[in-house]
Amino acid sequence: MSTPSDLRDKLRKKRRALQESLGKVKDDTQALVPSDSDVTKENERTAVEKLTGRGDDPGETLRRSLKAQRMKKKKKLLEEMSMEGPPEEEMVNEEITAVQELQHDQEEHSVETLAEEGRSVRLQRDLPPLPVARADSSLSESSMRQRMREKLRVARSKAASLLQQEASLEQPSHLRGPRDRETLTRFDRETDLDVHEEESSFAARVKFRDAARKATRDKRTETGLPTEEEAYKFFTFNFDPEPQESRRKDRAKKKTRSTDDEENEGEEDEEEEEEETGRARAREGEDESRERDEDAPLVRDEEEDLFIIDQSAKDFLELKKADYIGYNRRVLREREIFFTPSTRPVPASCKLPENVQPRYLEDEGLYVGERPPVALSNQNILENRILKEDGGKKWFGDDGRILALPDPIKESSSRPPLYHLEEELDPALQTVYRKPLKSKYVNRYIAGVGDTQGDYQLDVDVSGLIFSHHPLFSKEHVLGARLAQLYDQYLSRQHKNLTCLLTDKLNGLRNTIRNMLELHSGEGISHVTQQRIAEYKQEVRHTRQLRDTEQEKDRTLLKSIIKVWKELKSLREDKGCTNTPYKLYIRREEIQRALDEQEQEAEILAEVAELQAESEEDYERKLNEYKRKHEEWKSWKKKQKTLKKKQKQRRQQSQDVDEEEEEDEHSEEELGEEPVKPEAPEKPDIAGLEQQVREKAAKIRRKPGEPVLVPELTASNPITPNEACPRGEISRREDVSKRSLFVKVLYNDKEVSRTDSRSLNMDFRVHFGQIFNLKIVNWPESIKLQIYEGVSSSSSLIAEVCVPVPESSVLTGSTPSEELEFSSNQRVTFNHEGVGSDVPVSFTNDGSNIQTLLTSGKLSCCVSWAVGEDDIPLAPPSTQHGAGMHSGLRQMDAIACIGASGLNDMKRLGKWAAESRLDPNDPNNASIMQLLSVASGGEVVAPDYFRLEQLQEEFNFLSDEELERSRRFRLIRLRSQEEPEFRNFKTIPATEREISEKVFEEYDRRLKEGEVIDTKEHIDAHRALVAKYLQKVRESVINRFLISKHHYILSDLVVEEEVPSIGVLGLNLFKLAEPKRPLKPRRKERKKVTAQNLSDGDIKLLVNIIRGYDIPIRKPHTSKPAAGSKGARSYTETFTAASTSQTALQASEWPLGQPVIRPFVEVSFQRTLLQTSTAEGPNPCWNEELVLPFSAPNGDYSTSSLQAVRDEVFISIFDEVLHDVVEDERERGSSVHTRIERHWLGSIKIPFSTIYMQSRIDGTFKLGTPSVLLGYSKERSLGSEGGYDAIRSLSEGTFLTLFITIEPQLVPGDSIREKMKDVKFDTQEVERLLLACEIFEKDAGQRYPDRPCVTTVVDINGKTVFITRFIRPLPPPQELLDAFPNNSQEATELVVRYVSLIPFLPDSVSFAGICDLWSTCDQFLTLLAGDEEEHAVLLCNYFLSMGKKAWLIIGTAIPEGPTAYVLTQEQNRYLIWNPSTGQYYGQHDTFCPLQTVGCLVNADNVWFNIQLYATPIRMSFDVTKPKFWKPFFSRSFPDPGLSSVQPEDLVYRRTDKAYAAELQDRIEKILREKIMEWRPRHPTRWNRYCTSTLRQFLPKLEMSGGREVAEEHRLELQSLLGDYRISGFPLHLPFSEIRPIIEAVYSTGVHNVEAPNVEFALAVYVHPYPSNVLSVWVYIASLVRTR
Amino acid sequence: MTSPNPSVFLLMISGQIEGAQFPEYDDLYCKYCFVYGHDWAPTSGLEEGISQITSKGRGSTQSLVWNFPLDITFKSTNPFGWPQIVVSVYGPDTFGNDVVRGYGAVHIPFTPGKHTRTIPMFVPESTSRLQKFTSWLMGRRPEYTDPKVVAQGEGREVTRVRSQGFVTLQFSIITKDMKKLGYDTTSGEQAPATRLAGTEQPYRS
Repeated sequence: MSTPSDLRDKLRKKRRALQESLGKVKDDTQALVPSDSDVTKENERTAVEKLTGRGDDPGETLRRSLKAQRMKKKKKLLEEMSMEGPPEEEMVNEEITAVQELQHDQEEHSVETLAEEGRSVRLQRDLPPLPVARADSSLSESSMRQRMREKLRVARSKAASLLQQEASLEQPSHLRGPRDRETLTRFDRETDLDVHEEESSFAARVKFRDAARKATRDKRTETGLPTEEEAYKFFTFNFDPEPQESRRKDRAKKKTRSTDDEENEGEEDEEEEEEETGRARAREGEDESRERDEDAPLVRDEEEDLFIIDQSAKDFLELKKADYIGYNRRVLREREIFFTPSTRPVPASCKLPENVQPRYLEDEGLYVGERPPVALSNQNILENRILKEDGGKKWFGDDGRILALPDPIKESSSRPPLYHLEEELDPALQTVYRKPLKSKYVNRYIAGVGDTQGDYQLDVDVSGLIFSHHPLFSKEHVLGARLAQLYDQYLSRQHKNLTCLLTDKLNGLRNTIRNMLELHSGEGISHVTQQRIAEYKQEVRHTRQLRDTEQEKDRTLLKSIIKVWKELKSLREDKGCTNTPYKLYIRREEIQRALDEQEQEAEILAEVAELQAESEEDYERKLNEYKRKHEEWKSWKKKQKTLKKKQKQRRQQSQDVDEEEEEDEHSEEELGEEPVKPEAPEKPDIAGLEQQVREKAAKIRRKPGEPVLVPELTASNPITPNEACPRGEISRREDVSKRSLFVKVLYNDKEVSRTDSRSLNMDFRVHFGQIFNLKIVNWPESIKLQIYEGVSSSSSLIAEVCVPVPESSVLTGSTPSEELEFSSNQRVTFNHEGVGSDVPVSFTNDGSNIQTLLTSGKLSCCVSWAVGEDDIPLAPPSTQHGAGMHSGLRQMDAIACIGASGLNDMKRLGKWAAESRLDPNDPNNASIMQLLSVASGGEVVAPDYFRLEQLQEEFNFLSDEELERSRRFRLIRLRSQEEPEFRNFKTIPATEREISEKVFEEYDRRLKEGEVIDTKEHIDAHRALVAKYLQKVRESVINRFLISKHHYILSDLVVEEEVPSIGVLGLNLFKLAEPKRPLKPRRKERKKVTAQNLSDGDIKLLVNIIRGYDIPIRKPHTSKPAAGSKGARSYTETFTAASTSQTALQASEWPLGQPVIRPFVEVSFQRTLLQTSTAEGPNPCWNEELVLPFSAPNGDYSTSSLQAVRDEVFISIFDEVLHDVVEDERERGSSVHTRIERHWLGSIKIPFSTIYMQSRIDGTFKLGTPSVLLGYSKERSLGSEGGYDAIRSLSEGTFLTLFITIEPQLVPGDSIREKMKDVKFDTQEVERLLLACEIFEKDAGQRYPDRPCVTTVVDINGKTVFITRFIRPLPPPQELLDAFPNNSQEATELVVRYVSLIPFLPDSVSFAGICDLWSTCDQFLTLLAGDEEEHAVLLCNYFLSMGKKAWLIIGTAIPEGPTAYVLTQEQNRYLIWNPSTGQYYGQHDTFCPLQTVGCLVNADNVWFNIQLYATPIRMSFDVTKPKFWKPFFSRSFPDPGLSSVQPEDLVYRRTDKAYAAELQDRIEKILREKIMEWRPRHPTRWNRYCTSTLRQFLPKLEMSGGREVAEEHRLELQSLLGDYRISGFPLHLPFSEIRPIIEAVYSTGVHNVEAPNVEFALAVYVHPYPSNVLSVWVYIASLVRTR
Repeated sequence: MTSPNPSVFLLMISGQIEGAQFPEYDDLYCKYCFVYGHDWAPTSGLEEGISQITSKGRGSTQSLVWNFPLDITFKSTNPFGWPQIVVSVYGPDTFGNDVVRGYGAVHIPFTPGKHTRTIPMFVPESTSRLQKFTSWLMGRRPEYTDPKVVAQGEGREVTRVRSQGFVTLQFSIITKDMKKLGYDTTSGEQAPATRLAGTEQPYRS
């Protein structure tokens, strides 16, 4: 036993010994194969020398040298092998069986291995040495098998190649053959050195021993072989790593035959070999075991003697008893390591979470599938094991059992059994095997793109581009670019340094040759060496040439760099400016002159010497040639001579046979012509050679001692600033700065993205630096980048660069960007300094050196596959890539395949479809397949009809007619259509029979009315028409509104507190400092309530009646005519007449000391009637609050519904008159019996919508009083007369101060108006104007939210029209003007009256607050209905035509809300006209209902009020002041000259007087009937006399314009009807329909007089005005007989 | 009372709003109302109601219990517009303001019998973060203008809601004359084959 260290020591010793012996061995080898090894050695040495010269470490060198050596050998051996071939074949022994061959083969291998190792122990073999290989037979066997296979392969290929080669004459020794050959194969398999010194040496030693043993034996047995020593040495090389005794034996026997084995092997069939291998292996096993026994003693005997090895294998081996561990112990030990799950069942509590009872789903009634059967013990084992695992509990279900899917195996076969198994099987049912077809079109799309994992992404990184030439280059740029290019070239050359390399090589070669020559010193130069030297010389020559050219190139490059730089410099001087930053420095590197010269000289000499040698050689060769040829020539001459002799002889023999002759001729021909006599070659001119060399050196090399020039290009030259440049250059630079570039990225010829446009820099470099991530679905076929250059807005394609589709391994991040060159051949010329493209340019001043440059450059970009978040490349699998895809694509696309025209050709299409095997199930192909089926099926049976839903009929449960007839269905349908009659129809009866036809009557009638106009209802056919038209307009608007109603915004649905703005917060903070109980409290805004969550009774209307002014007072019926001048009034007439104080007188006249008047106020709203208490006197103060309940129509409290409420609040003042009805004077003392009569004095009506929209109405309103009140008189009646005085007293009617509001406060529904803005109306206005309007209105709305601002309005056709288009001077009817030809004021008033007589129809009510429709004046006059705007526009137009300065005022007024008034300028005063009532007010009139002035409009412009105040009293109407009024059209946005929408002239139709009379009668008749109807319990008597009197009276009223002109008439009346107490009044109404008249009459309550002896008088007068404008007067009076 | 040819059918609903689960809130009360079509009319019972305020119990269950009875009878001629119950839950926020905690609606069950319904509740969201903050500060959370909005589909697209909590309702339904009018709401097996010979089918003219 020896310790490992001991072992190592011994091994080391042994190795040393081996190395020594190997040294000898090497020599021997050389001796054995002298000719060969000489060369080898030679080569070897040179190689070693070369390599060592580089200064590598010795180990490396050795290895390399060995390698090199082997390589050389290999070459040579190949040649030799080819020579060996044929003779060896002869020696093929028939006896050699396949087995032997195989064995041989292996042996050869082992031989070779040994040989190799013999040569160099250091070389590690590819097979690991097996020191104890004998013991491990299986291992060796497997490795053997492997090796055998390898060998077979190698041998076969070799043999094949060898057979092809031709045999040569040379025949080297057989012995060398196999070894060398094997060496060759060995080279193939050599691996890197892996030094395991001990092991290899150990192995080697073992083998030595074996080999030695064998050798001794072989020596004796075999004869006819090399000497003992030789043989021994031969074998000692063989270090077989494997124990193959048997083989060795065989080998020894058949040594002679071994050489040719490989030839045979190569010809063996594959199968045979395979078989043999198997057999061989079997035998090997046997042999091995046998041989081992025999060998054992031999080894021991001889090893001591042969080698210096003192220890045998035994010394290295340790023998030990096999370890045995007792079973129990092992079990114990294993238990520590292994876990054995027990087979016992696991308690359920372990399997479930704590405190959880097992839950049995099955017991709960849920379906639980049957579990697959598992043996209980297995299950227990599994459970136990799972429980031990981490998180094992998740495998258990609620029931404590392992989760399992239900048993998938069905009990019975689900496939129906096939009967008639024998012959009867239906041929259609027979299964036919079809080969699976691989779809060709799979490849078109990247597989799995639809999945999440399959998204592929290409990253296209466009980093930038550099122009190497650009049309905008100046000449300097061109030169600069060239300089840069040359410099780049220089740098790259410098980097490669070819010259130096070649020079080194040349030197090396020369050295080698020299060494070789020295080594052999001329004596023993073998043939091989000579050859080598020749080769080297050849090499030297070649290298020299190469070096010379390189040197020349370097030199010229340097020269051209300097030349270009000079040109550049001169150009800069010429132009006087610098465009490029290039600056070339040339560094001189001084060199020691002497040394340099010496070197150069040496070089030249060497070259000359070589050249001389070459030329001499050449000469030799030529001389040889010459000699040979000369010889030939000589021999030819000789032949010629002999021939001639022969011919002569023949001729002498006479010409007997033709054949002979022919032959002779032939032979003569063969000799051919006389070869040219070769000339002796000239002697080479040595001196000339030197001269040549020197010349060349001067040309291409530095002169000796000349400094080395190193150019250095920097970009440090300052560029001349623009100012200092010449003109052309400046324009060029400007042009450059205008250019911008961008790059489009095209993927599969589709543009996917493009870079930002980057401007071109002065240095013609553009940096993009953009990365585009393309998620791709289709296969990438092409990726193109298109470079576009743009000047201002236009852009043009410069060039297109195709980027190769990256391999799937090319990933983002790891790919450097590549530079792709592009160029364009566009022709570009400039008239400035830019050189252009494709244009010849001269670079010198004299115009020479013309060049044509094309735009070109480099695009730096990078295309790669992206890397996903988890570092997974988003590249498609590369296997999919391939030609298949392209072919598939081509076939897929029919057009690509057969052309577009082919599509029409059914046959071709069919053919194509068949060829390309279209997938009939692919929906993409459906159309084609259908087409084909039609085409192939012959004629098409096309149905005559077309149906959208073919199956619809199946689902109809009733025919349409029946459905139509169903009343219930119709009802439901109409309700859902929201027809007004059925909109909120409740409880549609369940059955048909319960629905009566009556339900539809109204609706049907309405439908019918569409065509037929009911004249009866409307009295006037024309008006009926108008009404119809209005109705239609309304409907269309309502439809539009309904659409928008279903368009919700957030505030419709959600109540959200508004974010308080800073201002509000500030105000609130400020409020904290306010006194808690201010002296003048303000109304607090109440919380607003959205109307929707309200119900009936929640909303109340609060009407606060505060006080009244100027209520007419009663007059004693016996009063004297009042003294009042009824003279013509004028504007100038000032109100000076003092009111006669009649009051006292009158009061005294009344009986019972009653006050002059006892007024009370009655408010009626939605059939609720409330009244205040009775006050006294003409200026009463009630201060009462009346609460009226409000209920919305149909209980719908939505905003839109509330807006549509048409109800009006009627506020009327009545006089409560007490009549003493006590007939008997005696009773007067004891009883009071009075009758209360109420006399209507006047009323105001305020639409609910106004209250709703304004949320409160606060102010003093003028009461609508009749012009004549019988029995009453104004307290200061004269006060009513007034001109346009600034100071007017409270006169002109009766006033009432009111405050009306809704409790709780409702949110006014502005939202619909807002929404309507979304609903865009058509327009003919210019977009720019509309935009300006929007801005103007928005601006106004922001600054003054309470001032209405209107710039565009909707006309009756629903188009948006600019407001100024409505204003245009239009003449009023001539007859109105003619009425007062001299008095313009009268005429004006008449015109105003005419306008106010046109019926008022608030469209905000009819259109439910949707929008105002503005009609033009002619439309207005035709329709005879309109609201404030129409009236105002018409009045304004009239005023304008009458020469007044008039404007339209858009503002708000009480009670109308947003409205339009007319402003006129009269003698430095402004008058405000209410067009719908005909009233006018001075600017400073306190009772002017106009509260806010928003804007003024005339035909030219719109001015918005930007003054501090908006009330007319406080503001200025001077629109020229920009401080006060903001004009719409200003200097910045001038009036585009909008044409008016109004007609040029209005055509007035003269109204038929007879028609008016007829109407008058009709109204009177209807009113009479109505009054009688209203008095159902009392008889109604008509006083005819009074009536006729009144009738006469009315026209006068009309003439006077409704003013109180009737005083005298009244007196007249009084006198006529002296005995009657008359109370009555004329009502004046514009005529639209009869219903309003009836209502007006009703509201006066005249009919309510219940005195028994009351009589009535009623007179109606209709005064026609032009264009069917009718003024209706109704005079109604009640008469009570006083005595 | 029973006529062979009824013109209306009756839907009698009795039940209760059992309680709610609002994990984050306490002291809640609820309101309910019914939304129904034009052809429906309540014949008796309360259409709307407001419950007491209930607090969470100390025990393990975190549910709020109202046990608020519902008892209403509808008559109708047309199943279109079948009644829905709209429940809205309110409760105080951290500042003591009453704010809405959830809206929800569910159709009254069609079939006679006892039914339990759990309605998921939601509240409208503020339009912006600032709004949310101010609404939280001021205790005025966004609310529907009308709780009945949650029973209709129109206009919901403009709102954003956040879901919170559940309300459990229990209904016992009795219908009368539905079948006679041709509306069969019970399942197929229970439908008796004893159709009256004289029963008139609807839509037959």
